[in-house]
Amino acid sequence: MNQSLQLHPVPTRRVEFWNGVKDTFPLVVGAIPFGIIFGALAVTSGVTPGGALAMSAIVFAGSSQFIAAGLVSHAAPILVIVLTTFVVNLRHALYAASLAPHMKHLPQRWLAPLGFWLTDESFVVVIARYTKTDAAPFKHWYFFGSAVFMYSNWQLCTVIGIVAGQSIPNPGAWGLDFALVVTFIGMLAQFVRNRPTLIASAVAGIVAVLAHGLPNQMGLLLAAVFGIIAGVIAENLLPGENVKSIAAMASANTNAER
Amino acid sequence: MNEILMIAGMALVTIAVRYPVLVLVGKIPLPPAVVRALKFVPTAVLTAIITPAVLYPRSEHIELGIANEYLVAAVISSLVAWRTRNVLITIVVGMAALLGWRWLMTVL
Repeated sequence: MNQSLQLHPVPTRRVEFWNGVKDTFPLVVGAIPFGIIFGALAVTSGVTPGGALAMSAIVFAGSSQFIAAGLVSHAAPILVIVLTTFVVNLRHALYAASLAPHMKHLPQRWLAPLGFWLTDESFVVVIARYTKTDAAPFKHWYFFGSAVFMYSNWQLCTVIGIVAGQSIPNPGAWGLDFALVVTFIGMLAQFVRNRPTLIASAVAGIVAVLAHGLPNQMGLLLAAVFGIIAGVIAENLLPGENVKSIAAMASANTNAER
Repeated sequence: MNEILMIAGMALVTIAVRYPVLVLVGKIPLPPAVVRALKFVPTAVLTAIITPAVLYPRSEHIELGIANEYLVAAVISSLVAWRTRNVLITIVVGMAALLGWRWLMTVL
């Protein structure tokens, strides 16, 4: 291992940056319809075009933006929308916790923007880069390249979607309302890989149905909480079925795609 | 204005789950119980969003039959997601299944 490291030159900042861009490309392709549909759905749900742009620019968290648009169309109170955003985006805390040990040497001027730019997609490629054992000093430039690519693509797709949404009269008739659901089904399959996660998913699903009548989509929060509790209990009761760390899942996924 | 407040709130809670953890975990380790609970967050949240959207597509009553094209498309795309683990293929097949089944239901 050490010998091979000495044979290869240390990747420069520029090389790391462009490798980050390159490795994020397949995921950017996947985000393109997602971003366009968000823009279209937001303006047809009653979010103003400026609001949809601002959401992509300063929230920058696709799934929560979708849900917020859905809640706006149901005239949900702001507090519920913000709380739901928090719960839906909690998974980013897990990503950050997985990345943090690799990034603790970085100054705040790096941690703040990279933290803001942390998405499912960038996490998947960046954790795979960080868990490679080479001692390259500029791996944060790889993260930077991945994040900048994801961010600029998301802004561009939002604009396209807003324009399209204002010219498509009824996106539901095209099945666009299903696009988010099917994207989440694809993402869910990456996480549900053993009995504790299967139980967490089943309980969350059942509670979501039972609590569907509750006002302001409170059922979503309730279902999420019960699902998490069920998963933790299941993991305690089923020894030897420990859920792999998300980092391990993510790197397994990127390897499968390559 | 309400929309500004909403987006500012969303931005605030989102950066609050991303950035501080990135800074703190390097210095203070997260309690193991928190890490264990966090592992189930994506699974639970995604399921909690998917299930009602599929079973209550027209929001009033639960629809469990094959006339519910959302349910049919969700079952098909779940199988594809499970087998391929590829999000892009899942999206394409799921959307095709939804529109195809909807068309089939109008023809029959």
